[in-house]
Amino acid sequence: MRKLIFGLVFAVLPALGLAAGGAVPIDHIETDHTNKESLQRGVALFTNYCMGCHSMEYARYKRVADDLDIPAELYEENLIFTGAKIGELMKNSMSKDMAAEWFGAPPPDLTLETRLRGESWVYSYLRGFYKDDSRPLGVNNVVFPNVGMPHVLVGLQGLCAVEPNVGVHASVEPLSGNINNGDLCPQYASEGSMTEAEFSQAMYDLTNFMSYMGDPVRVERERLGIFVLIFVAIFFIFAYLLNREYWKDVH
Amino acid sequence: MQKLIQWVDDRLPIVDAWNKHLGKYYAPKNFNVWYFFGSLAMLVLVNQLVTGIWLTMSYNPSAEGAFASVEYIMRDVEWGWLLRYLHSTGASAFFVVVYLHMFRGLMYGSYQKPRELIWIFGMLIYLVLMAEAFMGYLLPWGQMSYWGAQVIVNLFGAIPVIGEDLSLWIRGDYLISGITLNRFFALHVVALPIVLLGLVVLHILALHEVGSNNPDGIDIKKNKDENGIPKDGIPFHPYYTVHDLLGVGVFFFIFFIVVFFFPEMGGLFLEKPNFEPANALKTPAHIAPVWYFTPFYAMLRAVTVDLFGLPAKFWGVVVMGGAIAILFVLPWLDKSPVRSMRYKGWLSKIALAIFAVSFVILGYLGLVPATEGRTMVAQILTVLYFLYFILMPFYTRMEKTKPVPERVTG
Repeated sequence: MRKLIFGLVFAVLPALGLAAGGAVPIDHIETDHTNKESLQRGVALFTNYCMGCHSMEYARYKRVADDLDIPAELYEENLIFTGAKIGELMKNSMSKDMAAEWFGAPPPDLTLETRLRGESWVYSYLRGFYKDDSRPLGVNNVVFPNVGMPHVLVGLQGLCAVEPNVGVHASVEPLSGNINNGDLCPQYASEGSMTEAEFSQAMYDLTNFMSYMGDPVRVERERLGIFVLIFVAIFFIFAYLLNREYWKDVH
Repeated sequence: MQKLIQWVDDRLPIVDAWNKHLGKYYAPKNFNVWYFFGSLAMLVLVNQLVTGIWLTMSYNPSAEGAFASVEYIMRDVEWGWLLRYLHSTGASAFFVVVYLHMFRGLMYGSYQKPRELIWIFGMLIYLVLMAEAFMGYLLPWGQMSYWGAQVIVNLFGAIPVIGEDLSLWIRGDYLISGITLNRFFALHVVALPIVLLGLVVLHILALHEVGSNNPDGIDIKKNKDENGIPKDGIPFHPYYTVHDLLGVGVFFFIFFIVVFFFPEMGGLFLEKPNFEPANALKTPAHIAPVWYFTPFYAMLRAVTVDLFGLPAKFWGVVVMGGAIAILFVLPWLDKSPVRSMRYKGWLSKIALAIFAVSFVILGYLGLVPATEGRTMVAQILTVLYFLYFILMPFYTRMEKTKPVPERVTG
C-alpha cells in the first residue's frame, strides 16, 4: 500500500510541475468585461454548476447584480441558494474539512482564479476533461493532469472518450484534403445537451465572468485611465510653456 | 501675509531655510534628463506615504485576515483599488527612479570628494528602501509574499553559529507566521518610514552643504561673480522647480499607464502566485523575488561551491551582501582626477557599460528558473560586477583623461 502511495505521489509530481510551468496545451482567449450578456450567462452557469463546491468569498452578490445589470430581486430569487442576503459575501455552505475528505483537497475559492492561473488557462481547463477509467472519478484533464475535480459539466458537454484537442490548431492534410483536429473532441463516450460550439461559448462566458470577478473594476479603471492620461498630457503642455518662459533668459 | 511671515520668521528661521534650500540655492544650469530622478524619488516617496496611510486604515495585519482585507480594499473600500495600485506600482516606480538616480551618480562621479557623505546617505536610503519593500511585500499574505519572506529570512540561517537563532529571532516563530506578519507590519508602516525620512533629510542637507554636481563634474563655486553667485548657477526655485514639473508630467504619464491599464505589469509588479493566500504546506514551483531584488538574487544563486567547510549558501549570502556593501566604499575606489564620464578615459566608459549590462542581465536571470547554463552566465556576470569596483582604483589611475573645461558646457 505504502509503495502504491509513493508511486502515485511520484507520478503526480511531474504533472504538478507541468501545471505550474505553463507547458500544458492552452487555447487563448480575450475576455470582455463590457459584454454584459456574456457575463450574465457566466454568472448563471457559475451559480448553478460551480458554487455548490467553490465559493467566491471575497466578492458580494450585490456588486455582481449591480455591475451586471441584474435586478436585485431577480438575483436574490434565482441566483442565491444559501439564504444569504444580497449584501453578503459569496460563500457556500460546504464544509472545508469534509470537502477535503471527499476530493483530497477542499475546492479552492475562485474569486481570483483567473488572476492566479490566467484566463486562457481556465478556459482551456474547462474544455479539457475526458474519460479516464484509471482515475477515481472516471475523468481526467489535459490541462490539469490527474485533477481531483469531477467533470461537473458533463450534462452539457457530454463526455469526451479521448483526450480533447485543447491548444491544437486545425490543420488540413495536404494530400487527402481532410481537416485534422477541427473539433474539440473527435469522439464522445456520452452526448451532452449542447453542441460543441454552444459548449465552447458557454465556457467562454463562464471564464469571462470569473475574469470579471477577479478584477471587477477593470472597465471603470480603464475608462478613468483615459481621462487621467488626458489630464496629465494637458498638465505637461502648461508645464512645458511655464518652463520655457522661465528658462528663455538663461544661457 | 508679509506680516505673518515676519512674525514666524522672528521665531523660526523660515526665510533663511527657504533661501538656503530653494530660493538662493544655486544649482548648475546644465542639468540634463538624468537630474530628474532625485525629485521624482521624492514624489514617489510622498505617493507611498499618502497611499500607505490610507491603506493602513482598511488593512488587517493578521494571518487570518490579511489576504481578505486586501481584497476588501480592492472591492469594498471606495477608491481602494486605486490606493492599492498606486502603492504597489509606486513600490516598483521607486526602485526604477532610484536605480536611474544611482546610475546618474556613477556616470558623473557625484560620489567623489566632497560628496562622499551624500553618497553614503543615499546608499543607506537604498538599503532601508530594500528592507521596506521586502517587509511590505509580506503584508498581502499571498503565496509569493509568504515563500519569498521564508527564503530571505532563511538566508540569515546560513551565517555560522548564530544563524539559526538569528532567523528565529527575526521571524519570532519557527516558520513565517502571523507573528512575523505583525512585526513586519510595524516595521513597514512606522519604524522604517521614520528612518527613511530622516535619511532623506540628511541626504539633502549634505547635498546643499557642498552643492550639486553636474554632467561636466565641474565645481561651479570656483567661478563666482562680484556678488558671490556662481556664474554657472541658477536659483533652484523657480528654475528647477518649473523644470522638474516637466519630469513629473512625463513620469506621471508612464506611471498612470501602468496603474490604470497594466497594474500587474505582466506579473512583474504583482506576481501571479500572490493571488492565492499564503499556505505553509504548499511550496510554489518557482519562487522569484520582485524584479528589483533579482540582480542580487541571481548572485546568491550563482554561488554553488562549498568553501572552507562552509556551505555554498553562506558564501552566496556573503556575495550578495558584498555586492551591496561594496557600493558604500565607491567614493574611495575612484582615483580619477576628473568626475564626469565625459572626461574620463575609455577604460572607465567600458567598465561602466559592462557593469550596467551585467546588472540588468543578472536581474533577468534572477527572475527565471535557474538552469546550468544560466547559472554559469550568472557566475561570470557576478565576477564582472565585482571587477567594476575592485579594478576601479587601477583603471581610473591608468587611463588618460580629457581636460575639463573651466565653465559648464550645457
